[in-house]
Formats: sequence, C-alpha cells, structure tokens
Amino acid sequence: MPNLNRIRAIAGKEVYHILRDSRTLAIVILMPILQLIIFGYAMNMELQNVPLAISDLAHNHASRRIIQAFEQSGYFRIIPVAVEDFVPEELFRQRKAQATLSIPRDCGEERTQMLLKVDASDPNTAQLIQNYALGILGGGAKSGLLDLRPFILYNPDLKSSFFFVPGLIAMILVMICALLTSISISREKEMGTMEQILVSPVSALEILLGKVIPYILLGLLDAFLILGVGMLLFKVPFAGSFVVFLGFSFLYVLCALCLGLLVSTIAKTQQAAMMMALGITLLPTLLLSGYLFPIPSMPAVLQKITLIIPARYYLVIIRGIMLKGNSVAELYQAGLSLIVMTIVMLIVAVKRFKLRLI
Amino acid sequence: MIKTEELTRKFGDFIAVDHLNLQIVRGEIFGFLGANGAGKTTTIRMLCGLLMPSSGRIWVNNLDVAKEGEKVKKSIGYMSQRFSLYQDLKAKENLEFYAGVYATPRAEAWENTLPLLEQFGLKESLNMRTAELPMGYKQRLSLVCALVHNPPLVILDEPTSGVDPQARREFWQVINQLAFAGKTVLVSTHFMDEAEYCHRVIIMQAGKEVALGPPRELKQRFEVQNMQELFMKVAGGINAKLK
Ligand SMILES: Nc1ncnc2c1ncn2[C@@H]1O[C@H](COP(=O)(O)OP(=O)(O)OP(=O)(O)O)[C@@H](O)[C@H]1O
Ligand SMILES: [Mg+2]
Repeated sequence: MPNLNRIRAIAGKEVYHILRDSRTLAIVILMPILQLIIFGYAMNMELQNVPLAISDLAHNHASRRIIQAFEQSGYFRIIPVAVEDFVPEELFRQRKAQATLSIPRDCGEERTQMLLKVDASDPNTAQLIQNYALGILGGGAKSGLLDLRPFILYNPDLKSSFFFVPGLIAMILVMICALLTSISISREKEMGTMEQILVSPVSALEILLGKVIPYILLGLLDAFLILGVGMLLFKVPFAGSFVVFLGFSFLYVLCALCLGLLVSTIAKTQQAAMMMALGITLLPTLLLSGYLFPIPSMPAVLQKITLIIPARYYLVIIRGIMLKGNSVAELYQAGLSLIVMTIVMLIVAVKRFKLRLI
Repeated sequence: MIKTEELTRKFGDFIAVDHLNLQIVRGEIFGFLGANGAGKTTTIRMLCGLLMPSSGRIWVNNLDVAKEGEKVKKSIGYMSQRFSLYQDLKAKENLEFYAGVYATPRAEAWENTLPLLEQFGLKESLNMRTAELPMGYKQRLSLVCALVHNPPLVILDEPTSGVDPQARREFWQVINQLAFAGKTVLVSTHFMDEAEYCHRVIIMQAGKEVALGPPRELKQRFEVQNMQELFMKVAGGINAKLK
C-alpha cells in the first residue's frame, strides 16, 4: 500500500520547486499563451477579401441583391471586369480573381442556375471559398429567390476559430502536462537527487503519485488560461458549463501527466525527456486526433491508432462543451476512455520505473 | 551487521567490484580506501540496494538485500558521494522532506536531529536556502538528513571530500559518537589520515581487496609507519592524498 506521508513529502517538495523555479512557471504560463497566439493566427483560415469577378447578365433587382450580399459579407472583394474580359480561367491564371460567379439572364425567376468557379490550386482555400459562397447564396434562398439550402450547424458563419481553438486547447494542454512530469523526474536523475530518494524505502507508485499530484493543479490552471485567452482573442463561444469543463479537463490533464511519467521511465536526461514528450504529443495530436483531419476519412490502420491518442477523446469533449453545450450524459464515454488510458499508463510507468540505478 | 559473499559487479566486460567478502559488525567504523575508480562507490551502492550485484550476495541485519530491499533500506542512512540535497529548498525543508520519505513523524525527526544540528551550528541556518550555505555546511546538512530516521547503519560515501579541515574534524567527531551509540558506520575516503580513525579498513584496487584489517595491525603486518605509506605499498599510492 502506498504510504500517504511519503507521497505528501514528495508532492510537497515538488510544490516548492514549482514556486521557486521560474522555468516551470514560464512553461506553465507563458508557453501556452505564446503558442495559442502563434498557432492561432497561423491557423486562422478565415477568408478575407477574396477577389471575386462577377458576370451579371440579368442586371435586375435579384442579381443586384446577390452582388450586394457578397460585397457586404466582408469575405469577398468584387473586382470590376469588363464583359468581354470575363474568362474565368484567364482571370485565375493572371491571379486577378480567385473565384468567379456567372449570373444568368433569368435571375430572379424560379430555379435560377448560377455558375460558381473557384481557383482550386490551393484546395483548402477553394473549399472555404465554396462554403462561404454557398453560405451567402443561402441567404438569398430565404427570400425565395434560390433553390439552395446549405445547412450548417454550430458554426453558422463557418468561423475557423471555432474549429482551431478547441483543438489548440487539447494540443497545448497535453504537450505541457507531458513536459512537466517528464522533465521533473529526469531532472532529478540528472542532478543525482534521485539516488537519495531511491535509497529510501519509497515505492515507485509513491514517487510517481507524488510527482503527478502537484502538477494536476498547474494543468487545470492552464486549461482555464488557454480557454480564457482563446475566448478573449478569438471570440470563441462557450455553450456548456464550466464545471463540466473542469471535470473532463481534470481527466485529460491526469492522462497527459501520466504520459509524461511514461516518458520519464525511458528518457535519462532532461533534454531527451523534452524531445520525447514533444515528439509524442505535438504531431500525433495535430494529425491523428481528428483535429486537422477527420478520423472517419483516415485509412483503417490510422483509425485504430487514433484510439490511443488522448486528444482524440478530449477533442470530442471540448468541442462538445464549447460549441454544443454538451453535458456529462453525452461525454461520459470519452471520459471513460481517458480514465482507462490513464490507469494503463500509470501501471506501465510503475512497472517500468527502476528503483535502482542502471 | 553486514555480510557479503563473493560480491561482484560488472559494467559490460569491466569488473568494477571483484569477489568481495566482507563482514562488518555492529558498532564498527569501517573504512573503504582506494584510488579513484577502485570500486568503493560501486560496492557501497550495492550495499544500499541502489545497484544489483552481478553475482554474490549481501545480508544486512541478516536480511537478504536482494529479497527484502524495503526493510533493509529503512535501516540505512546514506550520504551519496555527489551532493544531492535540493538546492532550491531551505535547509529545514530538505530535512522535512527526508523525514517524509522515511515516513518518520516530524516530532521524532526533530528529536533525532536537533542535538546534531546544534553541534554543527546549523540550527540558526535552518531557514536558509541550501544553495546559500557554504560547502562545509551543505555536507554537514547532508549528514543530518541521512540521520533523520535514526538508522542503525550509516553509510557515508566520501563525506569529507571538498570540505575544510574544521568540518572534517567535526565529521569524525560525529562518526565516533554514532559508533559509540551503537550504530555501524561505513565511510569511504581518500584521506589516509582519516583511515587511522577507523576500527577496520579495506583497501581496494581495481575492484579487489588488497588489504583488510584494523589500521594498527595492517601497519605492523606491512611494516610501515602510517597509512599513507601502507597505501603506497599495497596500492601503488595512485592519487592518494596526504593531509
Ligand atoms: N554506471 C557505470 N557504468 C560503467 N562503468 C561504471 C559505472 N559506474 C562506475 N563505473 C566504473 O567502475 C569503476 C569503479 O567506480 P567507483 O565509482 O565505484 O569508484 P570509486 O572507488 O568510488 O572512485 P572515486 O574515488 O572516484 O569515487 C570506475 O572505473 C568507473 O568508471
Ligand atoms: Mg566513489
């Protein structure tokens, strides 16, 4: 049985380290804010001022309303093109326009067909342009002009911040938590203080629990910090409850800290621990959690791998809470997966943790 | 108190400790002497359960270290060769930490250490950061931390290297007190004058025992005046320091 006094001694000492070491505080407070800002603005895929050429053959009330809608959206900038110059392929080639819209003579009559051409040399942007254009034309549908019904839930304006802020919270949190525990243990190995701990009768479980507990609070602090900055800078909504967010973030933080423990049983130096912790959290979270690429469209093998990426579950949770206002009932399964992963990682870490030098 | 049987440790092909047979009794001050790399630290680490022997066995208090490591560890106070207290903690916090990992109640830990803290003149510095203490006082504090759980067996790996003569005298005074109180003390050193204070010493070279016995007896047997000469004679005197 783990002895509470010993765990308290290790955890208490760790708190002193945290409070007195400016590096830890920098990792916990500055790093997430910087990352959120850098990644946030880099990933900001909001369209602005896309050059759009319009050929309006109708010149009537209905067509003017459509053009106005594009102008007022802020996403498009209408570029004037003479009728004889309206050759979409040529406009794309000369980079004068990224999209063209042809409004036929019969605009305003029933079942008008319009042609939207998009320069897809950058497929992501093209996809966005198409979505935005459909969104704008969909507004026209409400007035009965068009037979077009795009149906976009939860993020009606297709704001990219709604998409990237939850993902960034998941990514930054797992990265920082894994860094914290793995560095804290490998530092003691490097400094030789681990020898003095190992010579005492502490068990591996006691050491690891003592190392994890103080960082739970820091991890949760970070969760709220990133959420707060994200809401402030990128105007993301928060539809759910903060208590639910706290509860599930606790599970995720715990899971990430145990991942750090696992790293520390492999890495011998702080340097190695840092590289390894970043390596197993950064790219896998970015690529395999469903953050950038939807899981259902991955090859079967990769889909299986996503099952062991903690961020996969947290992403479901945090998108659910922030955008849909989900409560425990809808999220408990993802929460259970995190608990299972945490327990497995803790057991493996305890088994791998060597109570001897070499 | 301690018994080893053909104790051996290899690192790859390199034999760091070569078939050592030791018997150390309760209340004894036992010295490990040897040049750099002779295998003192490796032996000591095996005795504390920090390293697995490659072959051979160790008993501490009639307990097999390989099987009952936890019980054995409770009875050992260890001071590592490398200074390993937390520099960013206050002296007092270091003491409380070690009391904690040995699950010694605070009151008991203070009872165990207060007389020694006073003797060392450390009591006034308890609220100082360990990093701010002079080297001699850091070492003194390490020794106190090793004794926080009142262990019957005290193992000190070069406790006096890098400290001033005054601190060295104090250390040996304390070591004598500990032995007088019935504790067994194992101490490794480079200083041959310190060897004179040990009840028995082992001189090691390349992992092997080259001499073992009470200093007086050894000096007679090898017909030398002091331990320094003895060391020169049996171990070639490489790197031995005379103080
Ligand atoms: N982990 C290790 N891996 C490989 N070789 C090692 C290891 N630890 C010690 N050695 C080697 O074993 C030999 C004995 O080392 P040890 O530290 O026991 O010597 P020592 O007598 O304590 O020396 P010193 O007076 O310098 O402290 C040395 O040659 C050392 O290089
Ligand atoms: Mg040594």
